[in-house]
Amino acid sequence: MTTSAVRTWYLIHKWTSLVCTAFLFMLCVTGLPLIFHDEIDRLTGGPPPLQGPASSSDSPGLLPLDAMLQRALAERPVEVPLYMAFDNGSPLLTVTTGPAPDAAEADMTLLLFDRITGRMVAPPGEEGFMDVLLQLHTDMFLGLPGMLFLGFMGVLFVAALVSGTVLYAPFMRKLDFGTLRAERSRRTKWLDWHNLLGITALAWMTVVGVTGFINALATPLIDSWRADAAAEMTGSKEGVSALPPQRYGSLDKAMASARRALPGNNPQFVAFPGGAFSTPGHYAVFFQGATPFTQRLLTPALIDGATGELTDVRPMPLTMKALQLSQPLHFGDYGGLPLKLLWATLTCSTLVVLGSGIYLWLGRRRAPLAARVREVTSGGRATLVPSPTE
Amino acid sequence: MSRSTFGLPTFIALLSLAGLVLALTGEGWRDGLSWAALSAPLLAVAWAMTARKPR
Repeated sequence: MTTSAVRTWYLIHKWTSLVCTAFLFMLCVTGLPLIFHDEIDRLTGGPPPLQGPASSSDSPGLLPLDAMLQRALAERPVEVPLYMAFDNGSPLLTVTTGPAPDAAEADMTLLLFDRITGRMVAPPGEEGFMDVLLQLHTDMFLGLPGMLFLGFMGVLFVAALVSGTVLYAPFMRKLDFGTLRAERSRRTKWLDWHNLLGITALAWMTVVGVTGFINALATPLIDSWRADAAAEMTGSKEGVSALPPQRYGSLDKAMASARRALPGNNPQFVAFPGGAFSTPGHYAVFFQGATPFTQRLLTPALIDGATGELTDVRPMPLTMKALQLSQPLHFGDYGGLPLKLLWATLTCSTLVVLGSGIYLWLGRRRAPLAARVREVTSGGRATLVPSPTE
Repeated sequence: MSRSTFGLPTFIALLSLAGLVLALTGEGWRDGLSWAALSAPLLAVAWAMTARKPR
């Protein structure tokens, strides 16, 4: 690689890293506890999980959906149902109600039920701190602009990873993989750690960076899918008022007809007519597969709200599939506790890469550019000799 | 040059990616293999730390 090419990549690495490092640092620190949010929620007084078959299954012990819906509407008599959501690990079933089908999120009420006994379950306790962490991690309390901004930081992070990998080649030209020189200067030691941790965690950091970027685009991606697909599946129904709950046909019949069309799948949630994920006259049942992979790939089935007949089933477009797969690959919550521990360790590696990067920049930021490039091309040896211009 | 420089890093990256995808495709043995594969970056670092013997 020519010196001028190294110089260009050096500058790209320096600037993309410098701009995103502070935010990446925040994302790592908030992300670390978020990896374990299930475990932390359980330890900090959340109710123990319900025992029994999964509410998303069609096991015989489970109460009919119509009965569950009636119970929910008895709790909130003047409201309409918006969503019914299922669990894959317990008979927990949730119903979200609101004053109108297009109610704002702040006006919605979440009711939790045990689908075996039909009894209400206490809502999860205050999880204030984890919520704050999640909010910081997603949008820094700035809403959509914050999300998009952090998504852009993700792009810079990936650019820093690419340029760092390019610089790894001239740096390691005369060094063996895994070289960690402790006997030289402190700077050489951190140079070696920066390179070793950066190159070993590279694939993981790239996946988490790219999926973080895709997740940051969730709002516009979902909005555009909703605008296209819902209209396409049913024809335009602008101005049609939503089917009132009194005229709903049997939800169990609707579910049965959808299950016949999608054998081997289980529902993840039902969107009731007139809401953001359905149409004025249809239930939308979002189905999931049985493996962690297909569980994330939702397939919506539209069912006529009054007759319970299946209208249409169609897979999500590629952009939505990418979004759905980006979530587990970013959260690391799909392979048990050992995977979470690996996720946490790799997050710590990332923190060391960020910290050592800042240290390396601070130490030589006043040195001439040529000297800093020489440090890269010499594998850190040139740092021992003060450059003549200093 | 490039083979010796990027040989092991490429191997570690492929193992990491295999681990990330494997756990998505199912439970049980797939999870176990996934953990083993995704340990590659950490094992490489551990190896580098022990290989650095004081002379």
